[in-house]
Amino acid sequence: MFAFTVRRVAQAVLVMLIISLIGFSIKHNFGDPVRELVGERVTPQERQQIRDQLGLNDPFMVQYGRFLKSAVHGDLGRSFFFKKPVTEVILAKAPATLELVFCASLIVILLSVPLGIYSAIHPRRLLSRLIMGVSIVGVSMPVFLTAILLIYIFSVELGWLPSFGRGETVQLFGFWDSGLLTRDGLRHLLMPSVALSSIMLPLFIRLIRSEMMEVLETEYVKFAWAKGLRPRRVWYVHAFKNTLLPVITVGGVQLGIMVAFTILTETVFQWQGMGSMFIESVERADTALMVSYIVVVGFIFVVVNTLVDLIYGLVNPTVRIAGRK
Amino acid sequence: MINFLRRLRSSDFSYYFFRDPIALVSFAVLLVLVVAAFSAPLIAPHNPYDPTTIDIMDSELPPAWAAEGSRNFLLGTDDMGRGMFSTMLYGMRISIIIGLGAVLLQAMIGIVVGLLSGYIKRLDSILMRIADVQLSFSTYMIAIFIGATFQMVFGVANYEKIAAPLLILIIGLAEWPQYARTVRASVLAERQKEYIEAARVIGLSKVRIMWRHILPNTLSPVLVISTVQVANAIMSEAALSFLGLGMPQNKPSLGSLITSGFEYIFSGSWWITIFPGILLVTLILVINLLGDWVRDYLNPKLYKG
Repeated sequence: MFAFTVRRVAQAVLVMLIISLIGFSIKHNFGDPVRELVGERVTPQERQQIRDQLGLNDPFMVQYGRFLKSAVHGDLGRSFFFKKPVTEVILAKAPATLELVFCASLIVILLSVPLGIYSAIHPRRLLSRLIMGVSIVGVSMPVFLTAILLIYIFSVELGWLPSFGRGETVQLFGFWDSGLLTRDGLRHLLMPSVALSSIMLPLFIRLIRSEMMEVLETEYVKFAWAKGLRPRRVWYVHAFKNTLLPVITVGGVQLGIMVAFTILTETVFQWQGMGSMFIESVERADTALMVSYIVVVGFIFVVVNTLVDLIYGLVNPTVRIAGRK
Repeated sequence: MINFLRRLRSSDFSYYFFRDPIALVSFAVLLVLVVAAFSAPLIAPHNPYDPTTIDIMDSELPPAWAAEGSRNFLLGTDDMGRGMFSTMLYGMRISIIIGLGAVLLQAMIGIVVGLLSGYIKRLDSILMRIADVQLSFSTYMIAIFIGATFQMVFGVANYEKIAAPLLILIIGLAEWPQYARTVRASVLAERQKEYIEAARVIGLSKVRIMWRHILPNTLSPVLVISTVQVANAIMSEAALSFLGLGMPQNKPSLGSLITSGFEYIFSGSWWITIFPGILLVTLILVINLLGDWVRDYLNPKLYKG
């Protein structure tokens, strides 16, 4: 297990290095740190002088080394638009996105498990067919369209829920702006998290259903039936436990992928999180902010994937042995 | 040709196809949509690309059956006064072209990478590592990042001019790992077989073995994922267009039509968003349903679920 962990972490570090290299070369080629510092009203001579001072005329790899060093210390440069270090900007926006992802994951898990189990146990019932039918429509529905439909129905036509922003927030621990604790914040959170969960929910239902149906065909389940156990015990204790293993591994990665979909959801609901910040930074050509978003989100993905792999290696020994060769 | 049709009629394929009502209906709907999209210049009552035929006074008209609707515009008009029906037909044509083009590009990259990494051991670990990393990020994310970078490189105005080929390139680059993995898996299975051994003993070159002997036997799983990949590519295009990284407003795809309508939904002009939305979902849904059917037919054990 130790060797597996080391190998997996080394791989994660390598991936992070590649991501930072890509990010840095975008920044190196298209960003202009001098503009980020002093704006447009500077003569070319002064500009050249500042470039020399900042070391912008050094070879590429030297500059990349410097970028890495400061990145490890949490300094990813300054945002041209916000006139602040980008780490500060991203940290201020991160809680909004993380809360959104958290609530959407909660919806996905709470709904997909019962629905998936039900449609696996009774595959021929009308309700299961309905669940499967709705889920394939859900897969075919782009997340921004779901979001727009929700806004149209619940905000424009019915006027029940607010259509944009985060509403009233409470500051926790001095830096975390939370919308989870106020009624207004929760009302604002409802539609974005439903919209975000709508993309993953059908996938999870289908995944749980197919895994569970496969498990229900295995011999040990047949044996459990033969022993005369009650149906509930066979389904929920014997079969469901073994369904969870693949669901956790695939699910972990999918929940990480949800961060990608926040870009779309946040744009629709003008949610002040990292996703809408990224799109704004693209529109403003704010290279430093854009690149650091890529690096930060890449970091989140790498951490989630590594953790999922490690957990999988922990519960399923064949993975770490097969990987050794 | 007649011989081929006769063989097709008595094949398992058409037997199962005609017995499955879902596959039949989705195929019929897809056929209607594709034909309508590609004959848009013939059947559309207006030409949304021709500014001289557009009257700004016609903007934001509701559908014909509503009280203020005009009989001239069956499904209403958008904010620029273009007829929704005609614009949607042209938009669907763009969406389908980009979807097909992107899948073609993905398949080309993916097949080459998959063949190489399946057949040449030294390249395997590095190529598959790249594919794994790219898959572990969602393909949307990669597409959005590449799109954002391209927009920065070309500038917004130039980007919009060459948006269609760029989108094909972006989505192709973002989604090739699906193909690479599928092809590699079947290459690994094929290379164990005796006919490959025989080909090697004869002294054929590696390229020839890969291209002429292995590749034809890996095509059926490629076909299986292609259908679903077209639906995915159309969805990615819509998402990119929605974020402003896709087709511009004067040459809208279904995604950018939905975007332009979104601003007007609060004033009650729902038709600008809802009609293209329904069309987009229908298009993707029938492709997905057909893809499910093809997968079940060709290889029930390839994927679960």
